[in-house]
Amino acid sequence: MATIESGTEIKINVHDHHDHEHDHHHEESFISKYIFSQDHKMISRQFLITGIFWSFVGVLFSVLFRLQLAWPDESFPILETLLGKWAAGGKLAPNFYYALVTMHGTIMVFFVLTAGLSGTFSNLLIPLQIGARDMASPFLNMLSYWFFFLSGFIMLVSLFISTGPADGGWTAYPPLNALPQASSGSQFGMTLWLLSMAMFVVSSLLGGLNYITTILNMRTEGMTMMRLPLTIWAFFFTAVLGVLSFPVLLSGAILLLFDRHLGTSFYLSDIYIGGQPLTNAAGELLQGGSPILFQHLFWFLGHPEVYIIILPAMGMVSHVLATNSRKPIFGYSAMVMSILAITVLAFLVWAHHMFVSGLNPFIGSIFVLFTLLIAVPSAIKVFNWIGTIWRGNINFTPDTLFAIGFVSLFISGGLTGIYLGNSALDIPLHDTYFVVAHFHIVMGLAGGFGLFVGVYHWFPKMFNGRQMNNTMGYIHFWVTFVGSYLIFWPMHYMGMTGVPRRYFQFSNFETFNVYGELNVFITIAALVVFFAQFIFLINFIYSALYGPKIKTLNPYLSNTLEWTTPIEPGHGNWPGAIPPVYRGPYEYGKNGTDFVPQHLPDNAIWPKEEKETKTELA
Amino acid sequence: MLTTFLGLSIIALVLVIVFQIAKANELVASLKGEEVVINRNRINAMLFLLFLIFGMIGAVWSTFHYAPKFLPVPSSEHGVWLRNMFFWTLVATVPVFIVTHIALFIFTFQYKHDGTRSAYYFPGSNRLELIWTAIPAVVMILLVYEGMRSWYKITGPAPKEAMVVEATGQQFFWTLRYGGADNKTGKKSVKLINGDNALGLDWEDKDNHDDFIADELHLKVNQPVLVKISAIDVLHSFYLPHFRVKMDAVPGIPTQFWFTPTKTTKQMREELNNPNFNYELACAELCGQAHFNMRKVVVVEEEAEFNQWLAKQEPAYAKMKASSNATPDSGTTGNTQQN
Repeated sequence: MATIESGTEIKINVHDHHDHEHDHHHEESFISKYIFSQDHKMISRQFLITGIFWSFVGVLFSVLFRLQLAWPDESFPILETLLGKWAAGGKLAPNFYYALVTMHGTIMVFFVLTAGLSGTFSNLLIPLQIGARDMASPFLNMLSYWFFFLSGFIMLVSLFISTGPADGGWTAYPPLNALPQASSGSQFGMTLWLLSMAMFVVSSLLGGLNYITTILNMRTEGMTMMRLPLTIWAFFFTAVLGVLSFPVLLSGAILLLFDRHLGTSFYLSDIYIGGQPLTNAAGELLQGGSPILFQHLFWFLGHPEVYIIILPAMGMVSHVLATNSRKPIFGYSAMVMSILAITVLAFLVWAHHMFVSGLNPFIGSIFVLFTLLIAVPSAIKVFNWIGTIWRGNINFTPDTLFAIGFVSLFISGGLTGIYLGNSALDIPLHDTYFVVAHFHIVMGLAGGFGLFVGVYHWFPKMFNGRQMNNTMGYIHFWVTFVGSYLIFWPMHYMGMTGVPRRYFQFSNFETFNVYGELNVFITIAALVVFFAQFIFLINFIYSALYGPKIKTLNPYLSNTLEWTTPIEPGHGNWPGAIPPVYRGPYEYGKNGTDFVPQHLPDNAIWPKEEKETKTELA
Repeated sequence: MLTTFLGLSIIALVLVIVFQIAKANELVASLKGEEVVINRNRINAMLFLLFLIFGMIGAVWSTFHYAPKFLPVPSSEHGVWLRNMFFWTLVATVPVFIVTHIALFIFTFQYKHDGTRSAYYFPGSNRLELIWTAIPAVVMILLVYEGMRSWYKITGPAPKEAMVVEATGQQFFWTLRYGGADNKTGKKSVKLINGDNALGLDWEDKDNHDDFIADELHLKVNQPVLVKISAIDVLHSFYLPHFRVKMDAVPGIPTQFWFTPTKTTKQMREELNNPNFNYELACAELCGQAHFNMRKVVVVEEEAEFNQWLAKQEPAYAKMKASSNATPDSGTTGNTQQN
């Protein structure tokens, strides 16, 4: 391999089908390079930066409504300055509180943990790790980002309209979200929410189809499916989940739009609101619709959605733990099989969100079985991660810290799922803070930690070989890790007292109004964690512009193909031919060799005479 | 305003200081190389160990600290089954939580890279995979079995002697209707709702004539009660935390939940040493801006007290008749909108 100095312009001299495209490389205008880019690496950066923007918006919203929960009687003049009529006198209006809750959920689940996580790293890593020049369709890939952008733009607009954004919960259950009379956010805000979601589904489908096609068809020579890094397996099944489930959300959203604007009654029946029965244009009572139908359509996406969030995180955690423990991932094929099992089961558990919705109890029991079974592949993964670090030689880079934190959070949040997935136990726990604690830890925090694993680990690949500041990474990790537990662990206790979620204040109920101090504690922890994220933001921006550059191609001594590309890979990724692959991705420590890159044949690593692999790569 | 500004300035200052220190720190690190890496590994590994120790202590301490605030022993028969089920789920999950966390953080501490050893090549073991697939699978099946036994009893048909009460959710209150002497709640339709008839009861249905609407949910101790649950505008959820009862109220689709209260309000007041204690009915499904405010008091009492209360209740039909004496016809057709 040739030594490539940092900052050197890479001469691309290829004699394959990519020639033609490359000729235009240096003529790219600002618009085609940074805005309507078709380079998967640029699109990945676009997803990441947009995702980071939304994450700060989403988390800020949670901080605002946490203020209300901690100090329901205080007035915060700053809120009135920021929010105007929604916080008259410095106190949040109840409907705006619900709008903040709704937007927090929507933004974090879809814009941050779906687009920001899977969108960023599927785009970055799929071509780089399977050995492809780009996605199967770079154009659709570009559209995927811009539909996401449009979706976010519509959501952003909805924050500023006079009736406020959607405020009926991120699940958008009708009739609350079908009837403009029911709530101010159910007026134009909800229409915009649905349009935004429709755009998001389009984005997700364009991306997902592309990821699947690319992984199946464009792997480099020798890259069999069972030699794929676990990141790629995770992105593959994530895309499969998305492609099969997002259309169902779209159909649910379209029917809801019909109910809202065309007088249909898919979800409406026997309703009396605003002082009169709800009738159609002919004056007949609307009957026959089912609000529960929407819940089925929503959760048919909604549940796979949580695996869409967590699988990419799992993939990256597996990859980083193996790389930084200098050990093969424990049980590679078991890891692949458990992702497959999770993917299949993910489609069979959606109704566990609906045990007390009026669902037939027998149907409920089937979903209990599948829900608890999904704990088995999840447990396999946890044991394999622990097996991976056992007798490893762990390097505590910030990405490793976040990966270890991820495993802890996944255990803590996963175990409480066993309580909630059992329909009988769900009766007292449903829609209490126990649920809030469960899904924030297992999906929100774990997904967020997965995002940080990816950003810290692949930062040099995303930003021209620049590295993030490790000291800031350590501070960021420890404040976030400890703080997150302090926020969400106590919420289990509130759940044990039956405190319902989505309450603006608890003072109306003697039963629930017993956690005043704890709510203050949680809010303070949330404020600390929120401000700690600015350490990350500063680190991210500063390092992307001025961070020190890596001096070698392969800073983590990693086996996978992304580290065989130049420090600043151009459009097309490899200047020469794409390297072929001879082995699996996690051969660390095999036959006493620290690492065995996928693209080196046996005789290059273990030749008759000893050869130093490190010098070969540097 | 000033305090907010000051607070934000301090935070900004802290961030700047962190940034400057971190920058200098990395500069030093890049000069020292491997030595710094090993030192940092030591610090982080130690922090994980401390996190494990203090985390476990904190988890145990806080659980005992907050336990007195948890809901008291359930006041319903099935609530006690659920309490036992919760206990068995704890038995299944807490050891896993502790063992996996100890393994995770001890290994993290033990196997840090410190320049003295290299990683042990161990790419997997089918036997181990088999063990840790089979054990969770068996435990899960046991939990499913345990869960299903309670679930089918809870969701099964209500006993014949159950008292029928209907709860109707609407923004933002519950309306409680009792079946009256015949223990049957008669037909209703949102088309018939008017000023005199808040639930839209169909007066042609004789079952309605003895039904009465109550301000509080009164229940007889040890007498099963079947709650018929409905909503007339958006989703609500009928939630009685002390009885471990929760069921959504769905417009157009009637749902129900039956249970047997086992402790009177008076007993609870003595047990909890709180003379002001009341059972409460809440809403557990987001239903709009006053969702947090759908409270009703629930009273569980001995049969004699219940009957006293019952005697004071007046059927809705009689009330309607009394208020609309001038127009005798309005009793049979409620179609006319009065407001």
